Amino acid sequence: MFIWLVASGLTLIFGVLGVLNFAHGSFYMLGAYFCFTVLRHLGENFWIGLLLGPLFVCATGLVVERFFLRRVYPLALPYQLLLTFAFVLIFDNLVKIAWGGGSLSPPSMDLFGGSIPIAGRKFPVYNLFIIAVGPLVAIGLWLMLERTWWGRIIRAASSDREMASALGVRVPALFTGVFVFGSWLGAVGGGLAVPYVGLLTPGMGDTIIIEAFIVAVIGGLGSLKGAFSAALIIGVLSAFGTRYFPAFDMFLIFILMAAVLLWRPQGLFGEAR
Amino acid sequence: MKNKPLSAALVLVSLAVLVAIPFVAGRFTVYLAMRVMLLGIFAVGYNLLLGQTGLLAFGHGAFYAAGAYGMGFFWLHLSPHPLLGIAAGILAAAFLALLIGFFCVRHTEIYFAMLTLAFGMMVFSLIWNAREITGGDDGLVGIMRDPITFFGPWKIPIGKDIQYYYLVLFFFVLSVWVVHRIRSSPFGLVLAGIRENARRTEFAGLSVKRYRLAVFVLSAAFAGLAGSLEAMLESNARPFMAHWTHSANPILVSLLGGLHSLSGPIVGSLIFVAMREIVQRFTENWMLWFGIVLLIIILGFRGGVVGVVQHLVRRPQAAGGE
Repeated sequence: MFIWLVASGLTLIFGVLGVLNFAHGSFYMLGAYFCFTVLRHLGENFWIGLLLGPLFVCATGLVVERFFLRRVYPLALPYQLLLTFAFVLIFDNLVKIAWGGGSLSPPSMDLFGGSIPIAGRKFPVYNLFIIAVGPLVAIGLWLMLERTWWGRIIRAASSDREMASALGVRVPALFTGVFVFGSWLGAVGGGLAVPYVGLLTPGMGDTIIIEAFIVAVIGGLGSLKGAFSAALIIGVLSAFGTRYFPAFDMFLIFILMAAVLLWRPQGLFGEAR
Repeated sequence: MKNKPLSAALVLVSLAVLVAIPFVAGRFTVYLAMRVMLLGIFAVGYNLLLGQTGLLAFGHGAFYAAGAYGMGFFWLHLSPHPLLGIAAGILAAAFLALLIGFFCVRHTEIYFAMLTLAFGMMVFSLIWNAREITGGDDGLVGIMRDPITFFGPWKIPIGKDIQYYYLVLFFFVLSVWVVHRIRSSPFGLVLAGIRENARRTEFAGLSVKRYRLAVFVLSAAFAGLAGSLEAMLESNARPFMAHWTHSANPILVSLLGGLHSLSGPIVGSLIFVAMREIVQRFTENWMLWFGIVLLIIILGFRGGVVGVVQHLVRRPQAAGGE
């Protein structure tokens, strides 16, 4: 479900801005680290960390979009990809400077200490909570995009940038907003992962970004519905893979991605571009 | 390059410097020069794809690794002959590229980049997980540099670094020359045509997909050459050669030096390796500085270093001609 959060931000940014953001994994990582720091300085309340941590990442996303990404929209695709890749290098390194190159383990939190027995097995409450968060975010995003004024403007700008701008939508500001919101989603994913993963490493963004890419691509770049279903498919597949072919769990996922791209290049729910 | 005598002189001087390095410089410099040339082979071949054809591939690390592992397996199981090993590495990379490329060239732009990324990481996870065959995360170790034997008693030893240096130099010069020939051949012009306008090239009666596949395999062969040479230099083959962060290197290097020239990726490799060494001497945070340099290049100097220099050289001439 973290992957869903990261991938939703990624696919939202791609859908509206048309930029594939390599640095999104870094936002996930920064979210986790900021959350961790807030936890350490402001006491053990995880919720405050989850609230404040991603705000720092939003500020980072704002700077990235406003001062850098905005300048490369008219350029060819490789430049946009590489610009975000430059930020991957920068953020990975900054995290090493600020928090050290080793891995950090957050304080143990007994937010949902217990576990609930379901069908004869015990499930930690936190895991159930995360399972619930995924669909909630999905519903929230859907409501926002389909039912609110903001969502209508975002959809308008993503389907026809020039027309939206001609109708008086301030497209650059909207792009900044969407980018910041997308980075917030990634950062919340990172924050939620803190108690679950239990270990923070400077390279954690590099791994998740590939998985998020795969989820976004399988679902169809720019499609939230697709990203959600793909995250579910990948989750189940990877669980089965780990259970039955432990050596090839990632391999299965790459095969699936290649197959989907060959059969339906626009992804399961994507629209042909 | 417009200025023919000047560029010819530059080529001769660089060649002379490269030949002279082992005589005047220490062992570490020789080693660094070899790293520059390996990266140069990788990047020059890769740039056939990115600079010439306009295709952004994000999985060339897989072919680099195919070269290294192909070389390693050949050495372990078949014959210790270095040249045959290199040939095996190149063939392995080209064959893998034919297989992967067959699927990838149907798409362009972002989907091409994503597909190559996916296939590259697939190769990575295969190498990583097939521990019995590939040694998993340890990689293949203990690849030795045996002398090159010809028919009869002649032998060229390449065991020492300085001896090996000239083998690397030979392949480097050969690669640059071959890429130069490709770029100015009709084939290269078709590739540039695909970059500028793929549809129009298609209308001219050319099969764009086949050309894309051909250049994909070609650039992978250069990656395989660089990989097999590195396997002999470092005496191992590592799974991280196939990782996507390694696949990004030739892209960064090409961009650093300049996409639309032959010398761009070479200059880029030199700067890349030199910068890494220099920055690492003062601080551990070389990725940070590299990221910043990358930002500056993308935002301000998209012709890369070579583009900037060419611009500076041309301007006085233009002024003088008027």
